[in-house]
Amino acid sequence: MSDVLERPADSPLKVVGTRPIRPDGVDKVTGAATFGADFSMPGMLVGKIKRSPHAHARIVSIETKRARAVAGVKAIVTAADFPDLASEEYEGGESASNLRDLSLNCMARGKALYDGHAVAAVAATTAAAADEALELIEVTYEVLPHVIDVEEAMSHDAPVLHAHLFTEGLETRPETPSNIAQKNELARGDLAAGFAAADVVMEGRYTTAAVHQGYIEPHACVAAFAPDGQCQVWSSSQGQFMVRTYCAKVLGLEASNIRVTPAEIGGGFGGKTTVYLEPLALALSRQSGAPVKMVMSREEVFRATGPTSGAVMEVTLGATADGRITAADVVLKYQAGAFPGSPVGAGSMTALACYDIENFHITGYDVVTNSPKVAAYRAPGAPISAFAVESAIDELALKLCMDPIALREKNAVRDGVKAAYGPTYRNIGYVETLEAIRDHPHYRAPIGPNQGRGVAVGFWFNIGGESTAAVHVNEDGSAVVVTGNPDIGGSRVSMAMMAAEVLGLPIEKVRPIVADTASIGFSMLTGGSRTTFATGMAVTQAARKIVADLKQRAAGIWSVAAEAVEWKDGAAHCLDPAKADAQPLSLAALAARSARTGGPITAEVSLTAQGAGPGFAAHICDVEVDPETGHVTILRYTAAQDVGRAIHPAYVEGQIQGGVAQGIGWALNEEYVFDRLGRMENAGFLDYRVPVASDLPMIEPIIVEVANPRHPFGAKGVGEAPIVPPLAAVANAVRRAIGVRMTDLPLSPPKIRAVIDAR
Amino acid sequence: MIRRHVSATVNGDPVEFLSHPGATLLDALRDELSLTGSKEGCGSGDCGACSVIVDGRLICSCLMLAAEAEGRRIQTIEGMADGSALHPLQQKFLDHAALQCGFCTPGILMAAKALLEANPEPTETETRYWLAGNLCRCTGYDKIVRAVMDAAAEMRQVRV
Amino acid sequence: MSQLDYVAPASAEEAARALAAGGTLAKVLAGGTDLLVQLRAGRLAPGTIVDVKRIPGVIGIREEDGGFVIGGATPGALIGEHEALTRAWPGVVEAATLIGSTQIQGRASLAGNLCNASPAADSVPALIAASATCVVVGPEGRRTVAADAIAVAPGLTSLGPGEFVFEIRLPPRPPRSADAYLRSIPRTEMDIAVVGAGVNLSLDAGGLVCEARVALGAVAPTVILSEAAAAALVGTRVDEAALANLDAAAREACSPISDKRGTALFRTKIAGVLARRTAIIAFARAGERA
Repeated sequence: MSDVLERPADSPLKVVGTRPIRPDGVDKVTGAATFGADFSMPGMLVGKIKRSPHAHARIVSIETKRARAVAGVKAIVTAADFPDLASEEYEGGESASNLRDLSLNCMARGKALYDGHAVAAVAATTAAAADEALELIEVTYEVLPHVIDVEEAMSHDAPVLHAHLFTEGLETRPETPSNIAQKNELARGDLAAGFAAADVVMEGRYTTAAVHQGYIEPHACVAAFAPDGQCQVWSSSQGQFMVRTYCAKVLGLEASNIRVTPAEIGGGFGGKTTVYLEPLALALSRQSGAPVKMVMSREEVFRATGPTSGAVMEVTLGATADGRITAADVVLKYQAGAFPGSPVGAGSMTALACYDIENFHITGYDVVTNSPKVAAYRAPGAPISAFAVESAIDELALKLCMDPIALREKNAVRDGVKAAYGPTYRNIGYVETLEAIRDHPHYRAPIGPNQGRGVAVGFWFNIGGESTAAVHVNEDGSAVVVTGNPDIGGSRVSMAMMAAEVLGLPIEKVRPIVADTASIGFSMLTGGSRTTFATGMAVTQAARKIVADLKQRAAGIWSVAAEAVEWKDGAAHCLDPAKADAQPLSLAALAARSARTGGPITAEVSLTAQGAGPGFAAHICDVEVDPETGHVTILRYTAAQDVGRAIHPAYVEGQIQGGVAQGIGWALNEEYVFDRLGRMENAGFLDYRVPVASDLPMIEPIIVEVANPRHPFGAKGVGEAPIVPPLAAVANAVRRAIGVRMTDLPLSPPKIRAVIDAR
Repeated sequence: MIRRHVSATVNGDPVEFLSHPGATLLDALRDELSLTGSKEGCGSGDCGACSVIVDGRLICSCLMLAAEAEGRRIQTIEGMADGSALHPLQQKFLDHAALQCGFCTPGILMAAKALLEANPEPTETETRYWLAGNLCRCTGYDKIVRAVMDAAAEMRQVRV
Repeated sequence: MSQLDYVAPASAEEAARALAAGGTLAKVLAGGTDLLVQLRAGRLAPGTIVDVKRIPGVIGIREEDGGFVIGGATPGALIGEHEALTRAWPGVVEAATLIGSTQIQGRASLAGNLCNASPAADSVPALIAASATCVVVGPEGRRTVAADAIAVAPGLTSLGPGEFVFEIRLPPRPPRSADAYLRSIPRTEMDIAVVGAGVNLSLDAGGLVCEARVALGAVAPTVILSEAAAAALVGTRVDEAALANLDAAAREACSPISDKRGTALFRTKIAGVLARRTAIIAFARAGERA
């Protein structure tokens, strides 16, 4: 529907591609920006949650009488205060979610399924009163055996989490319930023939642990349920419309009665594409008649909000001696946490997306476990399967004595190739990213003792979806761009830049705002690397409508045909030779006359963006391993990625650097550690070890631009692809440094030391 | 339960507030003084989002009791700019795009300010180790370190 | 936290009385970097918090009788800035300044680190290797206790009711003496030590080690002062053979646990590695002194 912006070849872009200061920046550096926990309403109560201390238990009874008697307690809710929903799939986030499961995750009904599962919530006038009430809520549990390890959960004698869960995707429907929610398969060609044609066959088993998105801002919201049923929610989330929909469904309310305002959000990475607190806060507010504020502690964030899956994977590759991969067999077993919905589907679809392989078979298992329900984490599922596949490819390169980039180039997907997950690739920049790292000085830099260099690649689909944008021209000729997408990485400035480019205004004259659900049309949430693509498309189209309107008005003023008006450099120019003395009319001049030329100058566009361009990334990582302590130092990191077009290069670089840093943490030190009772042992930033500033070197991003013709400026999504390669890039570098393949993440020092001692 | 009266100086101004016995300085700043620029990321001194400067020392305000603030001089992010003139660090963070979500930014700016007061010419390594107590999940620290060192260079010029 | 009481006494004796009066629910507040974390996590029951920071002498560093006196509540940042102390006791200073982040350093104290009695406390191996002593103030008056007699078990000290560590003293140094401290952590900063090693040694006129103390942290319920490890160094120039003996003795002395921070096997190996590396540094430093 949208073509690349038509412009004369001799007028380069003026705003897109530059690095203006983001308009929300001053608020952020002065502490003035209002995040979820910074908001207050008069008469606000403090809301807190009582959580199960058991990883798996039947909830026999909940007694709240003594808790209600505490002075200052105004409301207590349990599952009894929420409708018992039927199972219903809803497409709102990056993938479908089951509303019943979502509701049960927000508030346990009948069973606690993980340590930290919410079983009741309290609102009181002070935090102390709320804490006291929580202590006095009496919950009787019947503790059940629990299971967390994914293969244990799949076994026949595992404790079953859901009596109604029967594995889907099997040839015959099973008769007994299982923890395997779903089996999916992707296949092409003839696997047996492919392996038969191979000179070399490599097998490997790879394991990863659950890791958390690790946003520094805990979940926070304020909710107010007025006596007339009108609800207001202020929430730190990746999608105010998603919050509205989920609250409506979970509470049995009409969405039109809920107005959700997005707060500034302190990191999400997918983890805030769902709700935990908002429905509870609304329920408490309804019962108490006062606004309720709920803020999670860091411990609650770890214990009770979605990490991503831990996984067990098997990869078998067959290749000819000259490096042509003839067959690939991939088995993925992903933890879903307490309810079905791990990202194993996406993990399966992306696993071989960079490779042109005739014969493959990918099997994915979605397995429930007594751990927090997993939530999206930046390219959900892809980094995990990429770790396995990219490690296997690296082993193959070593076996064949081939350069790891050359091996990938030999099997690279290109335009016209059918992707492993179905569509035919068009306008992709994968080979360009391989060339970028191959030709970068990093790849030729010398390597010292105990050092190693790893290469890995990655893919993410990036999505389009529904977006709405509005552009208003103010009477002084400046403009406002209104969208419904929370800004989690600098997108709002990109929206302003695209509008400024089309309107011909300097960036300082375009103000972007992110509006609440009542003030802008529907937008799918910020995720899937979609905002610059889809919302940017809506913004651009709205700005074009404004330009068309302005040209019309100018034509009227000059009494010429509309075709005789050109919009250039922020002004209407008269092309009619009969009106040679007609002076250009600037946007400001036209705005000043708007009342007499047709009224306010505004435009709104709602669309479902198609044609999102997938992201390909290729990374190089150098490490040094201390053979005595097992400590890994990241010496150098270079990350190339095809972004289509970098609207704001500094924020594109930032996305790449941030994704790399998270991937490095995932590779080296991050993991959920559970004790034998199924409780998380390291629910804090002391022992859940994310990278600190001294752990990392400068991260060099290489922006590759192979334009996406389906976006007005050629943009593809950027946010997610950067986290896909680092797990294997680090592991491959360690392999080259110590001579032994590490197949179990994280690569913590004790593991590395053990492997070195055994070699 | 009696609340305790505390008098202190915040960003150069005298303040008074009442605090619960177990309340931290962070609680007092945010809830009693409405200075919500300092953030709670962890409540246990592991993330640095609550960093403030007390009597010239960079500390985590979540690890100081509000009662301890009696008579002390406290600097928060809200006092970093001079009216509408941003501190060079604040400006460099904007110029270098050294923030994405912005949640860790107040804490990092306070830490960087303390760094440059202690060491006007830090190396990259010194900068990284000084800032190790400030977690950032968005940026990978690269642009933050560049912004700090650039601000340091500019501030040294001004002094000379 | 609602029953919490906070007092900030103006003298050591007043603090001792307040601590004694509060019984087991009374806690000393110096830097608060352990206390507040434990209060917030609910691991400590509320009671009286006795802030000792207003007591004269409890914050500050001075030289006395050839040694150093460090106020118990002196923050690590002050310790790191003290040039004379850093010259004389580089190991103690590096151990003290490794605790936590810059922000933690703005508050965390040696007395707090010692009395929190974590097996992994960073400053303790260096203090014990240095033969540090503590001046303990209590309701009965003052007494002097060796630093290695303070922690008796994880989270438990030998201090009696109402007692707190007012000062830490480092003894005068023989010439050609130096110390060093190293720790092993998964990241580069911010972690609790998986293993810590403090070595303090003196050389004779010929350059041979004549005295040594080797202390290992995080490998037992309390810090281990290993005589066998020290013996491996005495009479040597810390050559390869001595280091191999030191490594073996250090590993032999350990009895670590496996926990979320490291396995017992790993800790044991690293104890040997760190003992070696720390001894090399201490030896080099001692050799540089006249």
